[in-house]
Amino acid sequence: MHDLGGKPGFGQVDQSGAETVFHDRWEAKVFAMVGAGSAAGAWSNTDRFRHAIERIDPEAYLTHGYYGRWLGGIETLLVEAGIVSQEEITLRAIAFGASRNDLIAAQPSHSPDPMGQPPGSSGSDRPISGAPKFKLGDQVRSLGNEVSHHTRLPEYAMGKRGEIVMHHDGWVFPDTNAHGKGENPKHLYTVRFTSEVLVDKPGFAVCIDLFEPYLESVDVR
Amino acid sequence: MSDDSPQAIRAEALESILIEKGLLTAEAVDDVITRYSERVGPMNGARLVARAWVDSRFKKRLLTDATAIVESFGFEGGQVEKLVVVENTDKVHNAVVCTLCSCYPWAVLGLPPKWYKDPAYRSRIVMEPRLLLAEMGVVLESDVEIQVWDSSAEIRYMVLPMQPPGTRHLNEEQLAELVTRDSMIGVEILRQPG
Repeated sequence: MHDLGGKPGFGQVDQSGAETVFHDRWEAKVFAMVGAGSAAGAWSNTDRFRHAIERIDPEAYLTHGYYGRWLGGIETLLVEAGIVSQEEITLRAIAFGASRNDLIAAQPSHSPDPMGQPPGSSGSDRPISGAPKFKLGDQVRSLGNEVSHHTRLPEYAMGKRGEIVMHHDGWVFPDTNAHGKGENPKHLYTVRFTSEVLVDKPGFAVCIDLFEPYLESVDVR
Repeated sequence: MSDDSPQAIRAEALESILIEKGLLTAEAVDDVITRYSERVGPMNGARLVARAWVDSRFKKRLLTDATAIVESFGFEGGQVEKLVVVENTDKVHNAVVCTLCSCYPWAVLGLPPKWYKDPAYRSRIVMEPRLLLAEMGVVLESDVEIQVWDSSAEIRYMVLPMQPPGTRHLNEEQLAELVTRDSMIGVEILRQPG
């Protein structure tokens, strides 16, 4: 599963439930395991982790909750890195009371991406030498095609016309970084899409942060 | 409360394996719980909002360079490499989402509430925000434009809510008490207290 923006069929937002940071201790354990898995070398950047979450079983994605999705991502990457085997986890889970038939979120690939270079510095903000292609107020159109690799262009905003409202200089490009193909910093912009463009109705706008390669100029003559 | 869902059991199983392999300590989970229950949370964002209400120069800086302000306050918790604060007015109402994964400015708002990460909010807020916000208790006049911020890269967003009426006499600390997490996500309008 990629973005959920505009996916039909979901009902009311459920704001009930206890206002605790973690609803059960296992959720905090998953949070702690993110740090452990990264330290163990199963992944070296957030983009790879996010891509692993997108690759989990889609039914689990929608039903296992946020930390269940994280768990699926962690397990996927730990198995792909050869740190644990999926059978080892399953046997331990059965020993802890799980069933052999439980839905497992993780879907490790048999031919995982190369790990790539570890990040040269922390965070994702990077110097960039090339000049930005767009300036504030420019009209742009987002790419219209779905891609098979990791991307941060939400599907509901594909092939839409918007306006550049902020420029954030250079940031690590998730589309390559998630696959071990380097940070390749790109100019990042906030693009404002009106509701007329998105849903053909007035009354709102959505601002989305998009990397320069996702955008092309619109001729406004 | 104890959870016996398959994902809960699998998390326990994976944790025990990682501890055996020396990749995780049993204490790590307590560190996480302490940090995000006690030190990191919406009380940090509320301090910024309250100060912006009483100090117009601070407000201007908050709306133009929130990242530097967060750094100067020394908030821990992460996910604010670049923070942008957007102001609610009687003409524009802002709300924040991440349709892709649930990105959220942890250092100022803590870890996100469950509903923020659930499919209903993530799918609907970018398509029918007026209806969804009304369902969540935010009924907006038709001339108020809604602006939704989808945190699709590493920029994080926080809403500066409008100061509730009848609170001009309160000091900064008292005002901070009134600021809720949901108002800083943009799914609540603060009402006159009492």
